[in-house]
Amino acid sequence: MNAAFRISGAGRLSQAKTASFSFDGKPYTGIAGDTLASALLANGVHLVGRSFKYHRPRGFLSAGAEEPNALVQIVRDDARKTPNVRATVQELYDGLIANSQNRWPSLAFDVGAVNDIASPMFSAGFYYKTFMWPKWAWKDLYEPKIRAAAGLGVSPEKPDPDHYASRYAHCEVLVLGGGAAGIASAVAAAETGVRVILADEQAEFGGSLRFESGARIDGQDGYAWAQAAIARLKAMDNVRVLSRTTAFGYYAQNFVGLVERVSDHIKNPGRELARERLWQVRANRVVIATGAIERHMVFANNDRPGVMLASAARTYLNHYGVAVGRNVGVYTANDSAYAAAIDLKKAGVNIAAIVDLRDNPSGPVIDEARALGIEINFGRAVVSAGGKLRVSSMTVQPKNGGGGRTIPVDAILMSAGWTPSVHLFSQSRGKVAFNEESKRFVPGAYAQDCVSVGACNGADGLDATVDEAYAAGAKAAKEAGGKVGKGAKPKVDAGESWSRGMLGAGPGAGPGTTVKAFVDFQNDVTAKDIRQAVHEGMHSIEHVKRFTTNGMATDQGKTSNMHGLAIAAEELGKPIPQVGLTTFRAPYTPVTFGSIVGHARGALFDPTRRTATHGWAARQGAVFEDVGHWKRAWYFPKAGEGMHAAVNRECVTVRKVGGLFDASTLGKIEVVGPDAAKFMELLYTNPWEKLESGRCRYGIMLREDGFIYDDGVVGRLAPDRFHVTTTTGGAPRVMNHMEDYLQTEFPHLNVWLTSITEQWAVIAVQGPKSRDIIAPLVEGIDMSDEAMPHMSVREGKICGVPTRLFRMSFTGERGFEVNVPADYGEAVWEALWAEGQKHGATAYGTETMHVLRAEKGYIIVGQDTDGTVTPNDAGLDWAVGKKKTDFVGIRGLTRPDLVAKGRKQLVGLKTKDPKVVLEEGAQIVADPKQPIPMKMIGHVTSSYWSENCGRSIALALVAGGRDRMGQTLYVPMPNGTIEVEVTGMVFVDEKGERLNG
Amino acid sequence: MLLIRCPYCEEERPELEFRNAGEAHIARPTNIAAESDDDFEKFFFIRANPKGVIYERWRHIHGCARFFNAVRDTVTDKFVMTYKAGEPKPAKLPGAPK
Repeated sequence: MNAAFRISGAGRLSQAKTASFSFDGKPYTGIAGDTLASALLANGVHLVGRSFKYHRPRGFLSAGAEEPNALVQIVRDDARKTPNVRATVQELYDGLIANSQNRWPSLAFDVGAVNDIASPMFSAGFYYKTFMWPKWAWKDLYEPKIRAAAGLGVSPEKPDPDHYASRYAHCEVLVLGGGAAGIASAVAAAETGVRVILADEQAEFGGSLRFESGARIDGQDGYAWAQAAIARLKAMDNVRVLSRTTAFGYYAQNFVGLVERVSDHIKNPGRELARERLWQVRANRVVIATGAIERHMVFANNDRPGVMLASAARTYLNHYGVAVGRNVGVYTANDSAYAAAIDLKKAGVNIAAIVDLRDNPSGPVIDEARALGIEINFGRAVVSAGGKLRVSSMTVQPKNGGGGRTIPVDAILMSAGWTPSVHLFSQSRGKVAFNEESKRFVPGAYAQDCVSVGACNGADGLDATVDEAYAAGAKAAKEAGGKVGKGAKPKVDAGESWSRGMLGAGPGAGPGTTVKAFVDFQNDVTAKDIRQAVHEGMHSIEHVKRFTTNGMATDQGKTSNMHGLAIAAEELGKPIPQVGLTTFRAPYTPVTFGSIVGHARGALFDPTRRTATHGWAARQGAVFEDVGHWKRAWYFPKAGEGMHAAVNRECVTVRKVGGLFDASTLGKIEVVGPDAAKFMELLYTNPWEKLESGRCRYGIMLREDGFIYDDGVVGRLAPDRFHVTTTTGGAPRVMNHMEDYLQTEFPHLNVWLTSITEQWAVIAVQGPKSRDIIAPLVEGIDMSDEAMPHMSVREGKICGVPTRLFRMSFTGERGFEVNVPADYGEAVWEALWAEGQKHGATAYGTETMHVLRAEKGYIIVGQDTDGTVTPNDAGLDWAVGKKKTDFVGIRGLTRPDLVAKGRKQLVGLKTKDPKVVLEEGAQIVADPKQPIPMKMIGHVTSSYWSENCGRSIALALVAGGRDRMGQTLYVPMPNGTIEVEVTGMVFVDEKGERLNG
Repeated sequence: MLLIRCPYCEEERPELEFRNAGEAHIARPTNIAAESDDDFEKFFFIRANPKGVIYERWRHIHGCARFFNAVRDTVTDKFVMTYKAGEPKPAKLPGAPK
């Protein structure tokens, strides 16, 4: 059965295959090849949405990607409810469910439409002015209400179940746009043998050949020529043809982002098909063939459903076989709308009248329209459209004023002229130039290796377009290394040509009028709003744009920017080029987050690094924490234990017996070479030349400004070989820092740096029984205190595999760190664990590690320091070689500010109430009674409950801290002020005897 | 995404493989400990931040890992040329008027 407005014999779709769909719950039938827009129009449906601000009824303006009005929600299931889909782009599939947006309770009766009546309140910039006070009301009252009332679609609430593919591609010539120009360029380039990619946003190639009924190329209908050319291109090995693919962003050095809609047009895509595919294309040359977009006329109520672009009505007729009305009015300022009237008239649609703003135009289309008996009115204007949910009439007046008459119509086709689509050219940082004669911006100076061809370059006729495009395609290919092609240029036998038109508000909507003549449909911006913005002092087009939001909707002003600019220019009394164009930014049309994110979500969002013992720890029930990319065991709760109980037990057990801790994430760098010691002297504050092989030293690394950059224990394995450890988070930047100095400042040093973080698993065995736990498994190393004192390193074997065995401690207990090749990490851990069990040792995680080191006042770079802390501030002056003449940071340390009195220094804090644990980051004051804002003299850097001390402990950076020993300071918190006493940083074993205990 | 020519790998590679490392041709003084406050300030803190041609350091960190120098136009973001670390500032830039 034919839908009411489907015209038999018109269009290119076969009536044979129908598709059922629903809109707002009502069932309809369309045919295969329809868009949602054409299918609704075939059923006589024009009302499809409510506008953003005034909730005015809206229909279809266009038949393409520039659509500002017909935004709908496409629903596949609970999780797939895509909002703001342009009905003019959405292809129909059987079973499609679409709903209108921004209306309540229904599309035809929308309570929010009261905004239209109250619109004087909502004029341009209203939210900057209306809701200024009371201050609290913005967040709690105004904003939520405005957001609920003004809006587009509703986001789905479930995670997106679809997947999105991503590909990189390289080619010599990338052609953007698959109309006559793009196809001609692609053919010319492809014939030279170079790699060509041709992309077009539509499902079918052809561009304006879809509606241009008069075009004939190479002896055939223009659209048929396009299809044949595409078929030939697809058959070529060097050509990739991408339909439904939008070039949305043009980036540096011919890097272009394309998004391909893979399955939005398919009924049941299945799991194997991605929803969209992101193409990141690097092209040697780019041909931009993006065509032009028709502009609407700006007159009162030009947004009524049924008022649309002439080219859209022509597309619906010539491609989809759909008449947009039965009694159609035409309002134009150029020739192209005549062609639409002629095509519709020939298809049996009554043309009520053509209203032409021009005084005495002439030309073949005008003659043809007249010959068909269409009423033509020159020098007249449509000053208002009648009707509400659908246009019902147009009021026509002489353009300079005078008596009008009202003509009943059910659709108005309008054309103010064509705007070249310079979006991608402009994104490529090319500069547009205003052509005074044709009143349009066209590509001027180029910034990249690209060329614009056809309508987007200001070419007016099909003949000129194909000539220019073919030549440009061949030239681009040649520049990119192609051979001379053997093909022939397509011959244009007939084609249409339009130019000129008008910019700005039409009669009846000019200065002094208050009618709703829309410039930007999607953001509800009228001609009056633009003028108001200028009156209120917005003299730059960038300010006018932001004040009115003209061109800032999801359609990015494809139809509105030029009108808005012209109205502002008129009001400012300046020529258009002096007012200037706002910047075109990516994306050309909205791009889903899914296509940008691709597969990088969930577990694939970011790499996860796991240590060799991860599986063991997981089996023991460890709770993990994220440290950079690493998963680290945080604590090992026993059944029924919470975090505090587990950490308390682990802390006590380590000091009493011993514990095993996975320290593999520490950064490790091997510094090797004849000048290794010299290099270490320059990169660390400490002296290294005299460190004996087999001994270790705690090293501090500064930046040139004198602040602590990193720290770690360094073992000298041999005169020319250091095993350097870094903080977990600092490993990559320390390596970079070292490489930087080695390559660029000290290249004379013969040193080689190797990151060995991943190569060695590190098992810290700490506590009084640590030697007893390790010794039975070790071969070839004398572990006695005499042979292997604290801070020494030995190479030998453990469990039969090579080890670098460090005697060192981050707990203050006798301790060792067993380095083994990472592949053996878990096996050696299990063996050590078995030994540890004999003594009652525990496994412990990062939380216990933190508590134990804080009990000893050992700092963590990045927690107790923040990039403004010197060794002296941290109480580590002893680690700075006093006799050294150079190291990175030596000069920085003597800067006036760094040696000034009163610097913040690291100290210990004890709360007066031992049970109170301070909050890390809490601020410290000397006088709690001073008025707010108080003078902060420092902050808490580390704070824990110490089961070993039976009280809380904390480290803090406090101004002049070391001179405040014993002083009482205060930590003001929301629930009251906490009293603290300044103490030394060591809370356990101040003399350090347990290191050998 | 920019393409950057690594002078060691001798080919253009995507920007993702590189990391900027600040202005080039700022040599660390050989006797840095003896520098005056003013000289140290100039060496460590003061940068030209030009609008136009800048000489800067880059590292091919996810490639050969070498530091090298580049001449880039901060307005157009175009790389004029790249050259190896330690080589002098080029006397004449390619494309510059004679």
